Amino acid sequence: MSPVEHANTDPAALVELRNVDFSFGSRPVFENLNLTIARGQVTAIMGPSGCGKSTLLNFVGGRLTPKSGEVTVDGTLMNTSRRKQLYALRKRMGMLFQRSALLTDFSVFENVAFPIREHTDLPEALVTDLVLLKLQLVGLRGARDHMPSELSGGMARRVALARAIALDPMMVMYDEPFTGLDPISMGVIVRLIRQVNDALGMTSIVVTHDVREGCSIADYVYLIGGGNVIDHGTPEQLQNSDSPQVQQFMGGLPDGPVPYHYPAPDYLSELFGEEPK
Amino acid sequence: MNSVRSLGAWVIKAIIGWGRAGLFLSHALTAVVLVLRRFGLVVQQLFSVGVLTLVIVLVSGLFVGMVLALQGYNTLVDFGAESQLGLVVALTLTRELGPVLTALLFAGRAGSALTAEIGLMKATEQLAAMEMMAVDPMERVVAPRFLAGFLSMPLLAAMFTLVGVIGGHLVGVGLLGVDSGVYWSSMQEGVDAHADIFNGMIKSLVFGFVVTWVAVFEGYDATPTSEGVSRATTRTVVGSSLAVLGLDFVLTSLMFE
Repeated sequence: MSPVEHANTDPAALVELRNVDFSFGSRPVFENLNLTIARGQVTAIMGPSGCGKSTLLNFVGGRLTPKSGEVTVDGTLMNTSRRKQLYALRKRMGMLFQRSALLTDFSVFENVAFPIREHTDLPEALVTDLVLLKLQLVGLRGARDHMPSELSGGMARRVALARAIALDPMMVMYDEPFTGLDPISMGVIVRLIRQVNDALGMTSIVVTHDVREGCSIADYVYLIGGGNVIDHGTPEQLQNSDSPQVQQFMGGLPDGPVPYHYPAPDYLSELFGEEPK
Repeated sequence: MNSVRSLGAWVIKAIIGWGRAGLFLSHALTAVVLVLRRFGLVVQQLFSVGVLTLVIVLVSGLFVGMVLALQGYNTLVDFGAESQLGLVVALTLTRELGPVLTALLFAGRAGSALTAEIGLMKATEQLAAMEMMAVDPMERVVAPRFLAGFLSMPLLAAMFTLVGVIGGHLVGVGLLGVDSGVYWSSMQEGVDAHADIFNGMIKSLVFGFVVTWVAVFEGYDATPTSEGVSRATTRTVVGSSLAVLGLDFVLTSLMFE
């Protein structure tokens, strides 16, 4: 790695986004976005659906490249990374997909073993031990022979978490980890994210629109909307913020800076058939 | 004016599609070289692509051979040339029907399955998950299937031809009374190892390459929804069947002048 790639990075930051611009076709998603993820912490990225939160994770994972700006992960500049470098970096990242994305042909055990088998030449006995350790952590050691189709949504997500941490990564990214779970599974996942982060000394990025769960586990919160960071701070700081935009999202208020009504001509004049001006 | 515009849009879309398929092929071929080191993955796919297609190929081969003998005998007997029945059956099968029909069956049975499998893996984010686990889906998913399809096609075509010849024997000798020795010796004299068998083999290699290419590309390129996967599967069967028939004409005109 050339010294240029290390330029301007804060040693306490694992991930940095600098002046990132991105658009899907003609629809702008981010304009001049700046964001820092600190090492060892759980950082929640919150915002309304469709504001580009998942796109952010794709930048960090190197699956998308911003139109301009820099994405740095552990001192490596993602925009210019060669494929080999990118794959080496991905071995140290875990990602939990919203739909779990378990390999449907493989059992629970083989799913968790998959990254270990692909990237190491460990003897079978050691692979078994590693897999059972991870499955024990998520409480599913007893379900090792199940197929993904036999799992509930919450169980599948826990298996996917075990798989994401199979190689003891430096960082795990969670894409909407709380969506579509019953209250018990939700509680389990909330507890696991915190526990895994602290027990394995990792960094976690949680992308979510669930304010309560997000705030309950995050050390730091970024609130995103309208292509940029609206506000950031600890969950307490955000909850006590005076900004009407922050208040609307944190309190779940239907009307505010994000209007309840989609832009439309005047209601009464449309109803009474007058020509919209 | 609008029809001109939509024609232009269609042409551009088609060219873009070809470009993507070409880029995909170059990636896949690089990955195929890498996957040779993990031949176990290819063997697994040889089973699901090749062995599982064997039944339909064998049954079809048998019946095609039997029908060839019936039809051929009826025509030949008018000229008193029924002694040439073995040769007619064998040449038709090795040169044309073996490679072409096997490729069509292969597209319907294995090609559609490949597209659906890869397309569903994409739709359920399994391919994305592999990428994030630093496992290249091109290498882990596409390349073994590609290689397995390419390798199984000539073998399947050979089985089809073999069973077809036996089917011709069953009908020609068993039912129509052609002498068994004559059936085999006309074949021995008339079928040339290079001109007929080798050329047929080349055909089935080309067909295997094209059908598998279309199948894995359509799956990998599918819109990741259930509707997108179903459309991709249809495109695989239609596209690869047409490609096989078109290429067969080109290859035949080059090989058998």
